[in-house]
Amino acid sequence: MPIKAEPLVVNIGPQHPSTHGVFRMRVTLDGELITDAEMVIGYLHRSMEKLAEERTWTQNIPFTDRMDYLAAMTGNFAYCITVERLAGIEVPERAEYLRVIFAELQRIASHAMANGTFVNDCGAWQTPLLYMFKEREKILDLFEMTCGARLTLNYMRIGGVAFDIPDEFMPQLKGLVDELPDRFDEYDQLLVDNEILLMRSRDIGVLSAEQAMNASLSGPMLRGSGVAWDVRKGDPYGIYDRFEFDIPVGHNGDCFDRFMVRMAEVRQSLRIIKQAMKQLPPGKICADVPLNFRPPEGEIYSRIESPKGELGYYLVSDGGPFPYRFHVRSPSLINLSALKDMVVGQTVADAIVTLGSIDINVGEVDR
Amino acid sequence: MPTATTPMAGADLAERITAAVPDAVREVTGDTILITPEKLTDVAQFLHDDRDIDARFLNALSGVDRYDYFEVVYHLSSLAHNHSLVLKVRADHDNPEVPSVVGVWQGANLQEREAYDLLGIQFSGHPNLKRMLLWEGFPGHPLRKDFMSLQGGLSPGLRRFPKEDPEQWGGEFRAD
Amino acid sequence: MALLANWYDLRDLGNPVARLIEALQDAGLSGGWIFAITGLLGAIGILSFVGVAAVIDIWIERRLIARIQVRRGPNRAGPFGLLQPIADAIKLIQKEALQPDAADGIMFTLAPIVIFIPAILAFAVLPWGEHMILADLNVGVLFILALGSTTTIIIFMAGYASNNKFALLGSMRVIAMLISYELPTVLALLGVVLFASTMSLSGIVAFQETHWVWLIFLQPLAFLIFLLGSTAELGRTPADIAEAESEIVAGFHIEYSGMKFGLFYAVELVNVVAVSAIIATLFLGGWWTFGLETFVPGWMIFIGKLYAVYFIFIWFRGTLPRFRVDQLMAFAWKVLLPLSIVNVLLVALEVFIWTEYELSAGLVLPIFGIVNFALAGALIVGFGKAMTRNMERFPKRPRLVADIDVPLPEPSTG
Repeated sequence: MPIKAEPLVVNIGPQHPSTHGVFRMRVTLDGELITDAEMVIGYLHRSMEKLAEERTWTQNIPFTDRMDYLAAMTGNFAYCITVERLAGIEVPERAEYLRVIFAELQRIASHAMANGTFVNDCGAWQTPLLYMFKEREKILDLFEMTCGARLTLNYMRIGGVAFDIPDEFMPQLKGLVDELPDRFDEYDQLLVDNEILLMRSRDIGVLSAEQAMNASLSGPMLRGSGVAWDVRKGDPYGIYDRFEFDIPVGHNGDCFDRFMVRMAEVRQSLRIIKQAMKQLPPGKICADVPLNFRPPEGEIYSRIESPKGELGYYLVSDGGPFPYRFHVRSPSLINLSALKDMVVGQTVADAIVTLGSIDINVGEVDR
Repeated sequence: MPTATTPMAGADLAERITAAVPDAVREVTGDTILITPEKLTDVAQFLHDDRDIDARFLNALSGVDRYDYFEVVYHLSSLAHNHSLVLKVRADHDNPEVPSVVGVWQGANLQEREAYDLLGIQFSGHPNLKRMLLWEGFPGHPLRKDFMSLQGGLSPGLRRFPKEDPEQWGGEFRAD
Repeated sequence: MALLANWYDLRDLGNPVARLIEALQDAGLSGGWIFAITGLLGAIGILSFVGVAAVIDIWIERRLIARIQVRRGPNRAGPFGLLQPIADAIKLIQKEALQPDAADGIMFTLAPIVIFIPAILAFAVLPWGEHMILADLNVGVLFILALGSTTTIIIFMAGYASNNKFALLGSMRVIAMLISYELPTVLALLGVVLFASTMSLSGIVAFQETHWVWLIFLQPLAFLIFLLGSTAELGRTPADIAEAESEIVAGFHIEYSGMKFGLFYAVELVNVVAVSAIIATLFLGGWWTFGLETFVPGWMIFIGKLYAVYFIFIWFRGTLPRFRVDQLMAFAWKVLLPLSIVNVLLVALEVFIWTEYELSAGLVLPIFGIVNFALAGALIVGFGKAMTRNMERFPKRPRLVADIDVPLPEPSTG
């Protein structure tokens, strides 16, 4: 006789160690199995899209920091490049290279954070997280050296970047680029060959390529599912067409693949940085853009590959000093589209791992 | 071999859409195609299934308040062919309603909810059209251009949060 | 006074107690009184060790974990942060011990207190030195195993009385896990008991002393099984599914605050010390260390071994991710249980050969040790391969693609 059990509704979050902020997942449990899941978000909603409509184009750059606060550089980059395309502004060569260097450093920092918290969600008691923090810290030092901030950088400007790199920057970056592969080899030994991690994340949260595309997933989520797509390759922005790098693609579309894709992307980012360091030309770092500049009337959607996925901005200009519409296609939010499909039928422990592998940033989810 | 995503030519695409779904295209401006709302799901299905267009990836779904009407913009692309296309749908300002495309692209689910939440566009046929970023009962839809002049709304100069009406949300504060 | 003349004899704290008993007998006290007085003395000794150990362990664990995690750990309160546990305790005592409205008040309050009983009782039967044993039970091993399983009930009591969903999930996990892990640990210890042919802990140490060998060399498989099994029973990483910080927040003690939480925290450490002590006694020779005990007091050696084992537990915690519940159960039932049964059969066979043919211990024990080591290695590798076979279907590394490559869907037929 089957035992009839009352379904148990559990709120995972908004205050929970593994929800990466104030994300809330309301799951219905049958024992430990999840039979239904619903996500509840909005706890960190700061109405940025509305606020941006009342600020000038330049004033909006700090907002882009605070969306994905773990990847502020790419947030800046996406917004600036969109406005530049809308207004037809040419960016000086040196600024383009600096942008690439900083965006890739930010990608490493963000992936280090994502992988650290992912393994933490798998139950490793903070050790990998702190190792990853160690590497991230070195990158943040470089940011601090250049623009004075570590987290909300506000470094890029429409038409270039705000500051040139100081003299000490290049030797330190070179040291970092030489050191990081060794460090990540070490973490590979610790994490990749770990049977428990493999057991916890293999075949968990599996998404087929078709499902991933249908749910508009992007970034490591999409690549983990076996779709070799990267905006940097497919639709190169800035000067990404000048660099050689590979797209890591997963085999099975499970959490482990996503994790490994992120691990591999770190090395590819280092490759890009090495090339960019060699080619970095001297020159101006910012085009002359008036402070009260007004782009022509029109609209544009443009995207870049942020660490989380395809970060797009849909900007509508009415020719005025403020954006008429400022819409963000935030990868963190849209990557959650397939969350329910992934977690239903799994246990609570798996759901946490799955959520960790999506690598959301609630600042960007809620905006 | 660096390539770039090419926007599909609007006129050519409009012809193909018309051939598949008659009377769907209302207007073509540059690369943007304006679709009649009634035919939207058919057009979406056609674009998704057609192997030459292959718009299987919905990049972004954005709502825009154009004062007289609402506009929903669909940025679609094909990752296999590496081209992109833009669809637009207009909805009446007083009673905005647009058919949902969740059946075609699952990725539209959250984006439609967001547009409903912030702009008040009703997506008919959406499986779970609830407010997402704001709570049920929040007065008005903040991204509308007339939000500031709503009754009980935030008036410039008087920096006050919109009055919450307990009647509307059943007197109980719940975020869902 | 004979008692005071030898007060400095710290090699074995049993000696002064023996003098004390003699003195009391001379004074004409009845046996019951002497028993009560010496029992009380021993209890005070054990309780003070447990209290001090719990405080020191907090510091040791936090410092070591911090070293593993490239941090510094507590270093502000006192020299090297040694006073940190005391500062923590003061803070916890000051805090309000909240109790949820819907909680079952009596059980909720009782659980953190009662949970100390089995943890402390286990120390009573441990031989700290040659004569330093409070209660030399002839069924010591059985007693310890029995105590270990009573913890389950108390943890479930705490989780159920909290009336919290996470606590309920946590305590259900505890029950499932502890019951599963009872079996392999008991069977693993059965191997040891068979070899020593006694259940008394002092007898097992005496066996190791007589045959000049630690049982870990004769029973490597049992040692590993008991180590892993007790990791699970203690609820420590990689088997901390009962607390599972990243999943069910704190599991059974999620609703506890203030000193009630402090008690759970302390008892966790006391339990680890107890299990480390048991492993040190059964597998590492207890107070006996190949003649070293003639120079160093036996109880110091014992505590040293205990902390060596404790370090392994800390190391586990700092390194490994957590198993999922079903994987942990599968590990117990599919790996540890068969391994322990094989081990018991093997030991029985060896002991049979040994006693039946009246072979000399010096001849057979090295052979048994080598055979057992070889078999343990083979079994562990074999089971490890079998368990992760399904996981190795795909290569671990992602494939690297130089250019975008997205396939079109198969054309639909019809």
